[in-house]
Amino acid sequence: MNTAALILIALGTLATAAVAMTLRNLIHSALLLVASWAGIAAFYLWAGAEFVAFAQVLVYVGAVSMVVLFAVLLTRQSRADLAVAPESYSRTVSALLAGGAVLGVLFGAVLSTPLSVSSKPPLPVTVRALGLELMGTHAAALLIVGVILTVSLLGAVVIAATDRSGTKEDGP
Amino acid sequence: MSAYGLSAFSVHFFAAVSSRDGAFLERFPITLRDLVTGFLPDPLRWLVNSVVAIAVILGVFGTLFAFLTLAERKILGRVQNRPGPNRTPIPLTKIRFFGLAQPFADGVKSLTKEDIVPRDADKVLHFLAPVLLLAFSVLTFAVIPFGRNLVPVELDAGVLYFFAAGAATELAVFMAGWASHNKYSLLAAMRALAQLISYELPLLLAWVPVVLIAGSLSTTEIVAAQAGWKFNFIPHWHVFTPWGFAGFMIFMVAALAESNRSPFDLPEAESELIAGHLTEYSGFKYALFFMAEYFGMIALSGMAITLFLGGWHAPLPFLEFIPSYAWFGLKLITLLLGFIWIRATFPRLRMDQLTRFAWKFLVPLALINLGVAAFWSLTHTWSGPLQLVRWAVALAFVVGPFVLMGRKLSAGVAPRTYRYA
Repeated sequence: MNTAALILIALGTLATAAVAMTLRNLIHSALLLVASWAGIAAFYLWAGAEFVAFAQVLVYVGAVSMVVLFAVLLTRQSRADLAVAPESYSRTVSALLAGGAVLGVLFGAVLSTPLSVSSKPPLPVTVRALGLELMGTHAAALLIVGVILTVSLLGAVVIAATDRSGTKEDGP
Repeated sequence: MSAYGLSAFSVHFFAAVSSRDGAFLERFPITLRDLVTGFLPDPLRWLVNSVVAIAVILGVFGTLFAFLTLAERKILGRVQNRPGPNRTPIPLTKIRFFGLAQPFADGVKSLTKEDIVPRDADKVLHFLAPVLLLAFSVLTFAVIPFGRNLVPVELDAGVLYFFAAGAATELAVFMAGWASHNKYSLLAAMRALAQLISYELPLLLAWVPVVLIAGSLSTTEIVAAQAGWKFNFIPHWHVFTPWGFAGFMIFMVAALAESNRSPFDLPEAESELIAGHLTEYSGFKYALFFMAEYFGMIALSGMAITLFLGGWHAPLPFLEFIPSYAWFGLKLITLLLGFIWIRATFPRLRMDQLTRFAWKFLVPLALINLGVAAFWSLTHTWSGPLQLVRWAVALAFVVGPFVLMGRKLSAGVAPRTYRYA
């Protein structure tokens, strides 16, 4: 029962991701990518990581999807421009090579890392325990991640802002 | 029904009633459910219980939605010195009764209207958008405690679930705007998304202090943290603390914007902005958008009650004989009437005012409020005269930034002078 659910979730996630890659319409791809992220959230739920699953939905389905869709719409000239075809044979090959290299590195890292797997079922983790763990033992990592995100946000604002101190805007 | 069946039924009924752990009315919904599903074997019983919960939520809030639209039109009419809808008779009779049957007439009208899909529209996404929007807004009801023991799904991270399900509605708005193949729809969808994303931040930041003080993300525990009374007449609701009041206000303003309600209803401004992402929808799909909007409004009000207004707790000890779900309903209807009152009172904001208000006013206030809540949490052992210091400091940090930033935001433009009016 449990394994069947896992296989269903995995198949759904992989299928949506695969279809997202093959579709030529960028908006459809982006929406299917969101479905794939939702599949990953379902996997977290299956694994009992409730908090991570909801955070995944909140961040990926709610926020990152918007970034992707806005980026697609703001960089296209017209609707006809949305359907993209591979530019050239060599580009396709190099894209596949680059993607394959990343996949290889990730797979190698995962496979070569010794993971301690205990046979007994893990204790259910409460949100409180998770929070204490994050704020206690992993406080430094959390702070560093926060600083990196803030810096990147500020950088994005600085790059995107146009300096127009001369023109006077309407008041609120 | 045979005599034996009747007696078995009554035995079961009285067993269910006598095994209560509260007043009869308090236990009534659970008793009624157990009466229906009590005979079933265990796994099936769990399933049927869930189905019953879903059916009750859809039934109760569907009816509430129907009559809320009527109440809204009646109240708006009263505010604008006109009668509002008053001519719909009760079906098959000629009794008008204040137009109480208007929601049914509206329902029949939107069901029988032609469903127009633009020729160039993305048919699948065009169909999927209103369905997804409604589905996500119904999902949010799952974690709201409607009464003592009346929470459909008990989740350890309930509050997070609520806002995760709510955040997914943005996707449906985008789908509606893009799939319509209409530049006004697409522009309006982008505008609606900018609004939803801007107000998502103060909405999320407003409830973080509650989680900080209650020490839990579970909605039932947050309600439990607000039980009891100080001096036997001031309830321990979060809204009666400085940070709670500020948080409640920020939450309600952001909730107005998140559910596209006036004065933030730019996605529905037909006259000046050619409406919004729903321009190309007609018939029942159009009605589904509004159903989702009202469901979102009801769910956010329910969440505001859970987080700040003490959930289903009675305001005074001697009023506890009234069942908890009645208190929840009363608070819910009060907040919803407040929404309608605001709609009747305030003019619509312009887009730049809308985003400026979120980023330059609500977000900083919510962040400062988080600091105030941290101070409140650290000083919970203070007593006697120190209690006064605690209140004074917290109030100063809530009111001070509000006044200063409000002055700065409206500098040079308020009070307004109407040159052409």
